[in-house]
Amino acid sequence: MKRIDIPKIPSSEITPQSAYMNRRAFMAGAAGAAALATPFLRHMAHPQAVEADTQKLATVPSKYSSTGLQLTSFNDITTYNNFYEFGVEKSDPSHNAWRLKTRPWTVKVSGLVKKPKTFDIDTLLKLQPMEERVYRHRCVEAWSMVIPWAGYSLSEFIKQCEPLGSAKYVQFLSLDNPQEEPWIRQVDLHWPYSEGLRMDEAMNPLALLTFGLYGQVLPNQDGAPIRMVLPWKYGFKSAKSLVEVKFVKNQPRTTWNESAPNEYGFYSNVNPNVDHPRWSQKYERVIGAPFWKARQPTLMFNGYGDQVAYLYKGMDLRKDF
Amino acid sequence: MTNRSIVTLKWFVFPACLIPLGHLVYRGFTNALGPDPVATITHRTGFWTLYFLLISLAITPVRCLSARLGWLIRFRRMLGLFAFFYACLHLLTWVWLYSGFSVQAMIQDLSKRPYIMAGMAGWLCLLILAVTSPMFVLRKLGGKRWQRIHRLAYVAAIAGVIHYWWIVKSGVLTPWRVTAVLTILFLARIVWTIREQRRRKLRTAVAA
Repeated sequence: MKRIDIPKIPSSEITPQSAYMNRRAFMAGAAGAAALATPFLRHMAHPQAVEADTQKLATVPSKYSSTGLQLTSFNDITTYNNFYEFGVEKSDPSHNAWRLKTRPWTVKVSGLVKKPKTFDIDTLLKLQPMEERVYRHRCVEAWSMVIPWAGYSLSEFIKQCEPLGSAKYVQFLSLDNPQEEPWIRQVDLHWPYSEGLRMDEAMNPLALLTFGLYGQVLPNQDGAPIRMVLPWKYGFKSAKSLVEVKFVKNQPRTTWNESAPNEYGFYSNVNPNVDHPRWSQKYERVIGAPFWKARQPTLMFNGYGDQVAYLYKGMDLRKDF
Repeated sequence: MTNRSIVTLKWFVFPACLIPLGHLVYRGFTNALGPDPVATITHRTGFWTLYFLLISLAITPVRCLSARLGWLIRFRRMLGLFAFFYACLHLLTWVWLYSGFSVQAMIQDLSKRPYIMAGMAGWLCLLILAVTSPMFVLRKLGGKRWQRIHRLAYVAAIAGVIHYWWIVKSGVLTPWRVTAVLTILFLARIVWTIREQRRRKLRTAVAA
């Protein structure tokens, strides 16, 4: 089947900026008129009102950015989310994530490190130049997007953490706060959301510590204020709203793997040759494409094989799926 | 209800049954099927298959509540055929949008995935029901035999509900509502059968 046509236009021009800028201008006006408007009240006026608070993130181009891809619209990226802390339906996070407070925010570094540390989010934002990286995003549910993330390689952050030689894995832990994420009480998963990587995977430059998308800070529903993005793995490997990074000796627990080990492996590399028990992974539905041409073949390692295949040399990816 | 009012009512019920499809088509033209239109179409056609199936199965027990509701039976075939209609659309999403008409992909899916087998079994039941739905087929088969065949409606509903349970993620409980409705319909059926048997026994006892 034919891929959708790919216009060679810079991302900034494809972005339906006008659409949401208009709304933001409108919202700003509305907010100004109602000087007392709290985020809650503005949320009542419009579910995505929290967008009005978003700030720009200055980015530099990156050699790791994928080129020649049609970006998924900002609207789809911010209204079609799997973020079970804010509900199980795709549209739930965009309606509910306004409850998340992203300031003050710290990320704890613990486990096998020279010295445990805590980083403030504003320190992390300035740690490295922010790069714009366009990555393919493949969900284990067989849909895909193309997202212009903003962040820097996780390896840069890991260097600051000074892990010990005995650290073989990195564990990522997401915020676990039922006050702000009431759905945690309803969804039967082992909280906090936990994900992990082998150390060499974590050091791969493609692994992106992410703070923004489309040139602005992450909307809450996309995992604000700091999340992982691992473009060669299924989406659930990229933990959102990180509060702790832990260096450990043994393979850490990972949430979906605990929930259904036969369906979600620890590695969860995108692999069209290994089906999910309940559906094929050979094809994916391109989000935002018309339904009659949404079907597109899935690429090994989501198309990032040149950069990551060496990590899995000699491994049986059917067993270590 | 007079025959005339039933026929008139049918003129309203028939287009009403097409509203779910009309809504989907409208959303398609206004670009309102959401970020994942394929999933939207699949889910909507799947749900409406189950809804129509359950509604048509509910007609017999509801009729038994009162003699004045007997006319409802005149709508059962139409509603059942609409269940089949939406099941065909649902099947088409799999054949077209998920498998890209690739026979190989479909055979692989069918042989590997229990939820697809369950769905296919349900559709086959509905196909048999649809083919045997015309009056002349009923006459040809004879009422008893026809009725026995048409118990497949229950098999189709069970297959549909199993199909639904097997596709949702573990821990997701959304199929419980249709499961509850189907269970109630089954219980009603059982209660009714027992009552009928007792009444018949009583009648034979009186006759003796």
